[in-house]
Amino acid sequence: MSIASTITHPPEPEIHPSHDVHEHPFYQKHHFETAEQQREAASFGMWLFLLTEIMFFGGLFFAYLLYRNWYYEAFVSASNSLNMPLGLVNTIVLISSSLTMALAVWSSEVRDLKKLKMFLWLTILLGFVFLGIKTVEYHDKFVEHHVPGASFDIKDFVNPPKGSLDKPLTVDMANKTQIYFSLYFAMTGVHALHMIIGIAILFVLVYKARTGIYTSGYVQPIENFGLYWHFVDIVWIFLFPFLYLINRH
Amino acid sequence: MSDQQATSHSLTPVGAHGENLDAHDPSNVVNPEHVAHHIVSPAVYAMIFGVLMVGTLLTVGASMVNLGPFNAPIAIGIAVTKAVFVVLFFMHVKYSSRLVKLTVAAGFFTFIVLVMMSLLDYVSRAWGQW
Repeated sequence: MSIASTITHPPEPEIHPSHDVHEHPFYQKHHFETAEQQREAASFGMWLFLLTEIMFFGGLFFAYLLYRNWYYEAFVSASNSLNMPLGLVNTIVLISSSLTMALAVWSSEVRDLKKLKMFLWLTILLGFVFLGIKTVEYHDKFVEHHVPGASFDIKDFVNPPKGSLDKPLTVDMANKTQIYFSLYFAMTGVHALHMIIGIAILFVLVYKARTGIYTSGYVQPIENFGLYWHFVDIVWIFLFPFLYLINRH
Repeated sequence: MSDQQATSHSLTPVGAHGENLDAHDPSNVVNPEHVAHHIVSPAVYAMIFGVLMVGTLLTVGASMVNLGPFNAPIAIGIAVTKAVFVVLFFMHVKYSSRLVKLTVAAGFFTFIVLVMMSLLDYVSRAWGQW
């Protein structure tokens, strides 16, 4: 007997008595046996996505590793032209936003809607502060003609400004600073793009949270977004020393 | 027949004897790890935040001292330590099931393997001899 012949559709009455066994949290999908099983599957899936993100950023980090070995002097001079205090402040801002996001997950777990909304808004605010500071840094690089391409100017590296500790580079090596800045803009650029996407999702979460769906046991969306946000934080934890602190002595 | 199928609840599969085949059955879940859901307290988060702040200041401080060939390994070491703290506590991997732990470990391990293999290619070429 095939399965198709054993499964029929319910006769009258419309609500079958067996519906009673159907009690489960409102967020539990029908293909999961328990809410815990569903949460486990969701975390597992999110981590698989984050592994693809590791590979995505990993390629850039590897390119950085090789070119830094090849053109070390150019990388040192170009790295020292970045505004390190701003980078440090941004690191602190981003780690703080990770803390507020972790506390948002906690608020969702203990079902406190007021705190959840507050921490989500704080995370959004800190995200914008980070992007604002990054904008200032990008602006400086444009003003200094340190953006790779037609308007790139090597003069700061061939003739370091007064007070600079950097040794003058040969024209050939100075041109290689463009490779550093290409990687700088590519890596910080895709990192910032991840933050912009993250902030957009945060707005959706804070909007949907107002009905209380995330403070009645349904933690998954908040928790999975937290995983994403912390991952972006980890990328910056590596970017900061690699891009800003190659050789500051 | 088609009239009965038009209502949404009638899509629920029912066995020949009227039993609900769509019922969730927790006894089908054999992994005991699913039951545990650890809530990490704000105090732990604050402590990890402190560790990350100290690490950030340490990495800046270390970059300002000339340690010769050790500057880069120290910077990488501090960054890796910070990342491990974020993964274990902020991302709850310390409190996760073995499936999630293995997934995370496998991902980073694969990344390391890819970096090592690419580096082997890089360092083992006869540079400048063609």
